[in-house]
Amino acid sequence: MWKAEIHVTLKDAVLDPQGKAVRSVLGSLGYSAVEKVRIGKYLEMVLNVDSRAEAERQLDEICHRVLANPVIEQYDYQLVEVPR
Amino acid sequence: MKFAVVVFPGSNCDQDCIHILRNVLHQEVTAVWHQDASLDDAQCVILPGGFSYGDYLRTGALACFSPIMAAVQDFADQGGLVLGICNGFQILLEAGLLPGAMLRNRSLRFVCKPQLLRVENNKTPFTHLYGEGRLIQVPIAHGEGNYFLDPEGLEQLRKNKQIVFRYADATGNASSEANPNGSVDNIAGIINAAGNVLGMMPHPERSSEAVLGGADGLLLFQAAIAYLAERG
Repeated sequence: MWKAEIHVTLKDAVLDPQGKAVRSVLGSLGYSAVEKVRIGKYLEMVLNVDSRAEAERQLDEICHRVLANPVIEQYDYQLVEVPR
Repeated sequence: MKFAVVVFPGSNCDQDCIHILRNVLHQEVTAVWHQDASLDDAQCVILPGGFSYGDYLRTGALACFSPIMAAVQDFADQGGLVLGICNGFQILLEAGLLPGAMLRNRSLRFVCKPQLLRVENNKTPFTHLYGEGRLIQVPIAHGEGNYFLDPEGLEQLRKNKQIVFRYADATGNASSEANPNGSVDNIAGIINAAGNVLGMMPHPERSSEAVLGGADGLLLFQAAIAYLAERG
C-alpha cells in the first residue's frame, strides 16, 4: 500500500485572488516580510497497489484527469509505502 | 422543439429553465437526471446553473464525470445544440467542450446583480435574433466566473469570433470597471469552434419575462427554437 500526499497549486501565470487577499491582510498586521502568498489544495490518498511504479502511474492519471485542471493548475506528490 | 435540461445534484436553476421553455415558450422539455445515460430525442440540451456536487474540488469538476456527460459529448460532437448557463458553463469547461477555466472572482465576492452584456457575435444559433453589438441586460450570480485562458487560446477565440458576450457598461464599452469578476477580455460567454456549444455566466432564464425586470434573455431561447425549426 502506498500513501500519496498531493499538492495542487495554481500555475505561476494564474492570478490567485485568495492568496492576494491573505497577503494584504498579513501586510496590514505588520508581517511586512511576506512578499507572496499562493493558496492551493492538499490531498491524501491511499492506494492499494504493490509497486511504486504502479502507484505513480495511477496517480499521474488521476491528478491530470480529475484532481488538477491542467489549464490553471499543476500538481506534485510524495509517495510513502505504508503497511497493509 | 424538444429540450432536455440536465439535473445534477446541486443544480438550482433547472426549474427556471424548464418554466421558461414550457410555460412561456410552449416547448417540450424533459428534465434528465445526471445518472441517466441518454438524452432521448432532445434537439437542444441545457446544463443549468447551480452548485453541482457542492462545487467540491473545483466548480463543475465532478459533474463533468456524470454518466449523462458522455451523451452530452456525443450530442455536441454530432452538432447538437448545447447551452451551459453559469455552473453549466463551468461544467462545459471542465468537460473540455469549451476552452479555458474559471477562477474565483477578482473581488472574492459572490456577485449577484443585473449585468449589461454586449453581443459580440450574432451569427450563432443562440444569438441570431440580437443585433450585432446590441446591449442586453441579463443577471449574473456567481462566485467563480473569472474566466481564464492563456494568451494563445485567447487569440484563437478572437480570430474565430468565438467570444459571444462581453461584460459592458451603459455606453457599450467593455471596460475594466464594467467587468464584474475579472474575466480575461471581459468575456461573459463563448461558443465552440463548430458553433453549437455555448457557455455563458449570465442567466438568460432569469431575464425572460417582463415580470422579472426584463426579457432580453428570451430572445436567446427563441433564437435556438427558430434555428432548430429552420434546420428541420
